[in-house]
Amino acid sequence: MIDVKKITGGYSSKPILESISFEVDKGELFGVIGPNGSGKSTLLKMISHILPFQKGEITIKGKSIRTYNAKEFARLVAVLPQTTTQTFSYTVRETVSLGRYAHQKGLFQSLTESDEAIIQDVMKQTGVDIYENETIDELSGGERQRVFLAQALAQDPEVLLLDEPTNHLDLAYQKELLDVLRSWTKEKDLTVISIFHDLNLAGLYCDRLLLLQDGKTEICDSPNKVIKKERIEEVYHASIEEYPHPKVAKPQMMLVPKTVNKDEKTQIDETLLRFTNEKITLEAKQSLRTMSSGVTGSGFGWNHLFVNRYVDKNYNVDDHKQEMEAYLKSHGFHPDDTVGMMTAVNLSQVAYQFIHEEGFSGLFVVTAGVGNAVDSTLGVSRVPGYIPGTINIWVFINGELSEEAYIQAVMTATEAKVKALQNFKVTDPESNTLATGTSTDSILIAATQAGAKLTYAGSATPLGQMIGKGVFKCTKQALMNYFNKEVKS
Amino acid sequence: MEKPFIQKFSVKSKAVAYIILILIGGLAVLTGTSIGTVSVPFLDIIKIIISKIIPGVSIDSIDSMYVNIVWNIRLPRVLLAGFVGASLSIAGAAFQGLLRNPLADPYTLGVSSGASVGAVVTIFFGLSFPFIGSFTLPLLSIVASFITIFVVLYFAKRIDRAMRVETIILTGVIFSSFLGALISLMIALTGEELRQIIGWLLGSVSMRGWDHVKIIVPFFLIGSILLLVHAKELNAMSFGEDHAKHIGVDVERKKMNILIAGSILTGAAVAVSGTIGFVGLVIPHFVRLLWGPNHIHLLPLSTLAGGSFLILADLVSRTIISPSELPIGVITALIGAPIFAVILMKSRMERS
Repeated sequence: MIDVKKITGGYSSKPILESISFEVDKGELFGVIGPNGSGKSTLLKMISHILPFQKGEITIKGKSIRTYNAKEFARLVAVLPQTTTQTFSYTVRETVSLGRYAHQKGLFQSLTESDEAIIQDVMKQTGVDIYENETIDELSGGERQRVFLAQALAQDPEVLLLDEPTNHLDLAYQKELLDVLRSWTKEKDLTVISIFHDLNLAGLYCDRLLLLQDGKTEICDSPNKVIKKERIEEVYHASIEEYPHPKVAKPQMMLVPKTVNKDEKTQIDETLLRFTNEKITLEAKQSLRTMSSGVTGSGFGWNHLFVNRYVDKNYNVDDHKQEMEAYLKSHGFHPDDTVGMMTAVNLSQVAYQFIHEEGFSGLFVVTAGVGNAVDSTLGVSRVPGYIPGTINIWVFINGELSEEAYIQAVMTATEAKVKALQNFKVTDPESNTLATGTSTDSILIAATQAGAKLTYAGSATPLGQMIGKGVFKCTKQALMNYFNKEVKS
Repeated sequence: MEKPFIQKFSVKSKAVAYIILILIGGLAVLTGTSIGTVSVPFLDIIKIIISKIIPGVSIDSIDSMYVNIVWNIRLPRVLLAGFVGASLSIAGAAFQGLLRNPLADPYTLGVSSGASVGAVVTIFFGLSFPFIGSFTLPLLSIVASFITIFVVLYFAKRIDRAMRVETIILTGVIFSSFLGALISLMIALTGEELRQIIGWLLGSVSMRGWDHVKIIVPFFLIGSILLLVHAKELNAMSFGEDHAKHIGVDVERKKMNILIAGSILTGAAVAVSGTIGFVGLVIPHFVRLLWGPNHIHLLPLSTLAGGSFLILADLVSRTIISPSELPIGVITALIGAPIFAVILMKSRMERS
């Protein structure tokens, strides 16, 4: 559809673009990204025939753009510019109607019925029909942007060029606009070339991306290949983290702000633990990166409060998550930054230990009961209940963990837990085989994300060894406490 | 059910606008012709006009002095004022739209200064060409205005091949200052022609006859038709030239057409009446405030409003301190500015 061949040119003698080449197919949503001054807008202006280029050739539908006259070109290509000037306040309708200019013939061109139908249609599609008779300077920036989009669509083009279309739009309209654009590319075979500032949006919606740097092509490929942490950091000179989108198989970028007040970060150790009969709490000064299976704060997240709450063994609530949140709130904890767990085990049976290793350290806190001991390998379903018999494991690491390390930490901790259960020959009461845990066990891995970089936590690594040792020792101690109490009572 | 009503109403209000302005125009012509030291009844004026247009209609019942006053003195003057006002207003509307500058007027590009130089040179040197005699002044003036616009456009194009409006405005301003200095020079050097020169510069439609009307009418027709044909392009270009190009306007060619059409109108108007200010700046704003900026309606409505306004302004200028006359440019500003201020304030208050 659009073929850009070795385009070189710019505003003055010094070229802004150097030998840019790419092709865009019919029905493709093609994104152009790059830092400020990389030549994105210049490129778009050259394709839209506003700016001449010194070398190279741009063809649309096999014909050089130089050979089209103004009206022919406008019937083929519509442009939504980044900013528009309006000296006089036209109504929305008048503005949109201008989009039909290229389709009108004769000296005193008036709108035909089919023109009218198209105008109505595009105003509905962009949702500006409700402002039809208002003047454009009465509208907000986002509404105005949609009016000009309607105008561009009224041209009934085969190619749509957009310069940061989501610039003035709020979140909902950004999504709506891009959803609509993508559906048009699929349904109406509209070809779209768009400049994006937001790499995440570009990555989510575009079929392919062209990354420009200093007027040269850095890469032109699918978003998954273009949006790579190292490349983006190099081109944009900004520290970022790459992260997969939770729903779509596209990469997302996250900015990492410069940290200030590093000294605020304190070491997590046993002095932060508070014990009452009702709950064990740990309040960290800073938020910790957590991975947990708690009642609140589960999954990956950032939390700075940790609560292991005692509930009666007859505790039975329909929605225990909601009840837990209410409980936390009533005790001054915010459920959004709290990892909360429950246990029916007497909290005085807790075992904890602080272990210091070369460059990093860890705190382990375990409460354990085996009333619900289960051998998961049998594959028999049990009714989970909050009767005493839960092993809650907290692992706090003073160090920076990779995601991989979190997963390995869970594995290592679980292995250590099973070993501790075996140590006491805990069995599944129904099958009389060795138990692997209880039906309601929870685990928390939390790290300060400061200090030593710990990429792995497998059982062969120093971190893995510390976790294995710590979890095993504490679980064993907790189980011992549990059995002692049980025996006594 | 509110929307269709508004729609209907707005369409109606455009139609109403044309009807009102045509009525005002007709009334202005009649009043302008009627009032003076000798007042002539409307009916007689209509009869005289009909008899002149359709030969054979008898006007024996009307005093021949009336016929003389109406046909040879007042009517040409009124029509001239009307055409000048119409030309300046439509040109002003077009320049404001094209240059995207609400402060632009027909004189922005220096056309008027060129025409003035032509006229002042004629007076200063007492030029009078054979055969055309007293028409040496409008002729030289019109020629000078055309030379000016082509020189201005040539320079603008040399400076910036894309001829951005900013370049055009700047070039116009530079030429205006230069030509204005030439005029001041001649004024400084002149003796007894001073009053004549100043009188011409302030603008007037007095002591003009049918010949002056005949000079301006062809230019008025060519210029306004050219502009009306470009109404859509003017709409598009008020969103910026790149934007107009995206919509499909052949910006460079259309811009040149509009500039030339506007300059033809301005040059001809200045040649026959001198530099009458205010009309070309304010009438388009006035029409825009009342009926919106759409050039398809703005241009014809400005023509009607501008013509009527100048006819009435001329009427005031010659009656207010009768038998002396005030310069019409003084009146246009004296009447126009306060009316415009009121309208502007009202519309701003409604908006906020």
